[in-house]
Amino acid sequence: MTAPHGRGLLHLAAALDQQAAFDAASYVGPAQLAERGGLDFVTLGDTFARPGPDALAVLSRVAPATRRIGLVPTVTTTHTEPFHVQAAVATLDWVSRGRAGWQLDVSTTEGEARLFGRRHAAPADALWREAGEIAEVAARLWDSWEDDAEIRDEATGRFVDRDKLHHVDFQGATFFVKGPSIVPRPPQGHPVRVVDATEGPARRVAARHADVALVRVVGPAHARAVRAELRDAAAKFGRDADTLRVLGSLVVDLGDGERAAEPGHGGGGPRQTAQGPLYRGGPVDLAELIAAWHASEAVDGFHLTPVEPHRDLERLVNGTVALLQHRGLFRTFYPGSTLREHLGLARPANQYAVTGGAS
Amino acid sequence: MTVRTRMHLAAHFPGVNSTTVWTDPRSKSQIDFASFEHLARTAERGLFDFFFLAEGLRPREYKGRIHDLDVVGRPESITVLNALAAVTERLGLAATVDATFNEPYELARRLATLDHLSGGRAAWNVVTSSDAFTGENFRRGGFLDRADRYARAAEFVATARDLWDSWTPEGVARPFAHQGRHFDIAGEFGLPRSPQGQPVVIQAGDSDEGREFAAATADVVFTRRGTLDAGREFYADVKGRLATYGRSPEDLKIMPGVTVVLGDTAADARERAAEIRHRQVSPQNALLALERIWGVDLSSYDPDGPLPDIDPEPAPALARGRVRVADPLAVAERWRALSRAKGLSIRQTVIEASGRQSFVGTPETVAAELDEFVTAGAADGFILVPHLTPGGLDEFVDRVVPLLQERGAFRTEYTGTTLRSHLGLPEPVWKG
Ligand SMILES: Cc1cc2nc3c(=O)[nH]c(=O)nc-3n(C[C@H](O)[C@H](O)[C@H](O)COP(=O)(O)O)c2cc1C
Repeated sequence: MTAPHGRGLLHLAAALDQQAAFDAASYVGPAQLAERGGLDFVTLGDTFARPGPDALAVLSRVAPATRRIGLVPTVTTTHTEPFHVQAAVATLDWVSRGRAGWQLDVSTTEGEARLFGRRHAAPADALWREAGEIAEVAARLWDSWEDDAEIRDEATGRFVDRDKLHHVDFQGATFFVKGPSIVPRPPQGHPVRVVDATEGPARRVAARHADVALVRVVGPAHARAVRAELRDAAAKFGRDADTLRVLGSLVVDLGDGERAAEPGHGGGGPRQTAQGPLYRGGPVDLAELIAAWHASEAVDGFHLTPVEPHRDLERLVNGTVALLQHRGLFRTFYPGSTLREHLGLARPANQYAVTGGAS
Repeated sequence: MTVRTRMHLAAHFPGVNSTTVWTDPRSKSQIDFASFEHLARTAERGLFDFFFLAEGLRPREYKGRIHDLDVVGRPESITVLNALAAVTERLGLAATVDATFNEPYELARRLATLDHLSGGRAAWNVVTSSDAFTGENFRRGGFLDRADRYARAAEFVATARDLWDSWTPEGVARPFAHQGRHFDIAGEFGLPRSPQGQPVVIQAGDSDEGREFAAATADVVFTRRGTLDAGREFYADVKGRLATYGRSPEDLKIMPGVTVVLGDTAADARERAAEIRHRQVSPQNALLALERIWGVDLSSYDPDGPLPDIDPEPAPALARGRVRVADPLAVAERWRALSRAKGLSIRQTVIEASGRQSFVGTPETVAAELDEFVTAGAADGFILVPHLTPGGLDEFVDRVVPLLQERGAFRTEYTGTTLRSHLGLPEPVWKG
């Protein structure tokens, strides 16, 4: 679905993160708003380190209340069993009918480790290596059922064709999984994998396994450099670089009014803060920034985190997005129904079906 | 008029097993969300207490190969229930989740999230996996023997409850620490106390250890005791154990899993029941049921012929990932006697000997029998296991529920919003 000339389609995503919200309504309304704006997906961050509900659970609660928008929870891989992670993500894909993603992350603190009492905190390098293995085993488990494994053959009494179910026998550095999954292959084949590729150790995992890489940078030149690096690395892993979408991550404070609230900071571009690159200004300037970075092929789109969830998401959808649509730069309706379709990514072939081997 | 004890009803989603008649043209997907939505909406229309999902963490194998005769493939329970919370308003949502291959902090958090997002409708059916076969999918691997399994499960539930209670009712998080034989954890829990105080805890398991565990900790017991006499024995036994733990008989609801086959006449219902059994036990399934007892390959036998003369192999089971037959020789002798007495083939014997339907009759007789079970002290209610996915409870809700209501045996409206309120369980007192 890449545009025929020049840059690809513009992709937009928004974070639903909110403090101290434990009820469904706090998430359903904003997700529906983002869907009205035609955004590719919404994300919800997660960590065991701070209060908040389980992100994947929240987005499965949101799924039946929305129809098209992609749903991307963070699920950390350090303490959760790989088998459980892949089953939950596959299930989110089933309940949303092909709209699931998964942002991989790791738990580096001793505080998180103490909540489990199974292993000590480890350096980010080692944990990201493990996260890469978990991304790999998840893909194998999603493929462990071929798409047509369920046969319901009355004559032979067989419900499934066991030759289309596969043990994965995955041996990682810290774990082993036998397989196959308990969940049949999800509607998207592989739910969309998202990795924040800003930091070194995650970048390699993003290049190798991610469908969407997020980069937190303040300027288009830096973004373009990281994007080029990621695409090169992806190609070195044997991937087609065009199967990786790179989105710029910005925290947005859309304040009051239409134009930049602070001179030199808005129109002048985002600046680095403790929460990440912050854009402060009006929805119109943000639309210009998005259009400019995208036009110069610095990014394939943006992942935006509102500082004030309700106010800023509303301005983003009704201001920034409306303007981008008006200029013909962003979709006005969803031509497809799965997250992969929104992102212009093909449904992956099944790695076991290709060989046609028995389990 | 005296206030009658009302029965509780739950809907078991017949996802993965051999009870579903998947060859029926009305049998739909066991995995599409539409199926879950249909059954949950039916259960809520019928004012059921809760909707129930079983769990299995590895597809079963047979003769070293993936078992292919029964319905297989299911979604992950808690994720589906969160989605169902969006399309139901009152129905309780119960997830079976193994206490062996999970960790208390994480599972307590997932269950508390379900309780918050559903407004107080979450339940956890605590099961304890017994086989290393399942362990091959998990870091911790291996398995625990029965005594240890329940010790871990008991410590798991106690830890989860402490986590659920770790915030003050005013919403202030307090530090938490637990040090025991199975878990040594500390920190702060991620969620405030949930809308029903704590998720409801269900126990499924028949052994002495299982009963003791239920008496000590559970709010609901899911049992297989489907007959009146066996139900009464079980009911009296488990309720009798409660006093030891300072609990009263109303604190624990006993709900057998049962099947119901309806007909316009008794004969009609019997005919439908026979038809269902016939379709559940295909020729291949009949041989397999026999092999599970004999422990040897019987694939050369004719399912429409007589039972084997040879005695069962006592040692290795061909099946992996399911409960083993305790005394194969005794079962084989019983089945051979049955076959001789009635002149039954292998397939007919299996149909006759295993898993007959619990309640077969007209809506009127079934309503009366269900009511009798409850008034006779054999159950507090039932977990209905339909034969069809997902329409298998439509008829029960349309035809039996109104009769139960007429008899005063079942509620005519939800009076509360939480699962605890449906079950008549008090909200647990906050232990500060
Ligand atoms: C009615 C009933 C339903 C059960 N459902 C499940 C299930 O869904 N998943 C599972 O792993 N075990 C299930 N079990 C197995 C129990 O958790 C337990 O492992 C088994 O009954 C052996 O324990 P016991 O020795 O106490 O009977 C179920 C048991 C019963 C009696």
